Amino acid sequence: MRVSLASRVRGSAVYRSIVRHGTTATNRNRSLVVFENLFLHVHPVKVREKTLRFTHTFWLGGITLACAFILFVGGIPLMFYYHPSVPQAYRDMKELQYVVDNGVFLRNLHRWAAHAMVLVAVLHMLRVFYHRAYRPPRQFNWVIGVLLLLATLLLSYTGYLLPWDQLSLWGVSVGTSMVKEAPFIGERIRFYLLGGNVVSENALLRFYVLHCVVLPVALLLLVSVHVWRVRKDGGVQGPAGAERKNEP
Amino acid sequence: MPDEESRDGETESISRRDVVVRLGVGACALAAAGSAAVTLDFLEPKVLFEPQTTFVAGAPLDFADGTVRFNREQKAYVIGTAGGVYALSAVCTHLGCITRFRSEQRMIACPCHGSQFDLEGNVVHGPAPRSLPWLEVSENASGSLVVETRVIVPQGKLFRV
Repeated sequence: MRVSLASRVRGSAVYRSIVRHGTTATNRNRSLVVFENLFLHVHPVKVREKTLRFTHTFWLGGITLACAFILFVGGIPLMFYYHPSVPQAYRDMKELQYVVDNGVFLRNLHRWAAHAMVLVAVLHMLRVFYHRAYRPPRQFNWVIGVLLLLATLLLSYTGYLLPWDQLSLWGVSVGTSMVKEAPFIGERIRFYLLGGNVVSENALLRFYVLHCVVLPVALLLLVSVHVWRVRKDGGVQGPAGAERKNEP
Repeated sequence: MPDEESRDGETESISRRDVVVRLGVGACALAAAGSAAVTLDFLEPKVLFEPQTTFVAGAPLDFADGTVRFNREQKAYVIGTAGGVYALSAVCTHLGCITRFRSEQRMIACPCHGSQFDLEGNVVHGPAPRSLPWLEVSENASGSLVVETRVIVPQGKLFRV
């Protein structure tokens, strides 16, 4: 009897040591695929078919997550060509655009995905609001969502400084002047944020670290909790009427 | 041990385990607070390589009535009047952009959001919420005017020449 290569791999001791469940297409195995995988277990094991329909959620959360994925994966190669120093940062940005193979594609991909992520995240929030999906038992996930929006906006803003062009410089001058208006501690926060009194190389380095390490890690943790809570709170909630119609 | 519990009816008894747990939690909280304080201190730069905050504007006689000089690096105007000389911050009080002196209209304008100021720093047109601050002008040993951009003086305080 000829055994296909795929099934020989799936039957091997190495494969079975990684994936414990069998290969037969039973409902139990299908559940185990989700249960026993670190990355999939944040998802519900079973979902209703209608909740997957586009008009149910408009896939807005998923599109936001896809944007985040593009930004994570596309941001890393950009880091290989970027020095957070003056005036090298601006030159590196130009080099990415005009010299590095596919550099302009990666940079533009990062830029457009960032714009899209902010836009779609806001639409996602509107969708959740109008579908009244923020109400118990999902009230805590709404809070996580607000923190995610904050992380998204901060990522967007810290990324704005990195090209070190006129737009960046004045964007950050304006933004950090807004910070200064916070009562009592505004001046202090601005000093810590900029690493000085003026928008300088220190500020560029601090924004770089925030953009590439601190905020992405925060976003990853929050996204994990957010998706996992969707499962724990009983799956996605679409239009309120749709739920009631199907009740027996 | 019911005896121990009833010894003082008002306060609830604390077991040895509770004491040890609270000590442990307290020690961890103390260590966390200490780490936070040290981290915050670490993040505060102790030496800054920023442009000097003082600059020599020139000899007092260079500033005849109506002279306006813009120092790009120090973001300040030095203005001569009949009564004396004063210095004006060029940083817009709205959101920190650098304003420009428009010589043909004799006023100061901000390119970012359109704020306008007169030559004494008063807001002529918003969105700037406050007038431009006046900066300290003094004289150094060789008789030149020195402006200190970190020291704000009351509006109208001229340096008499």
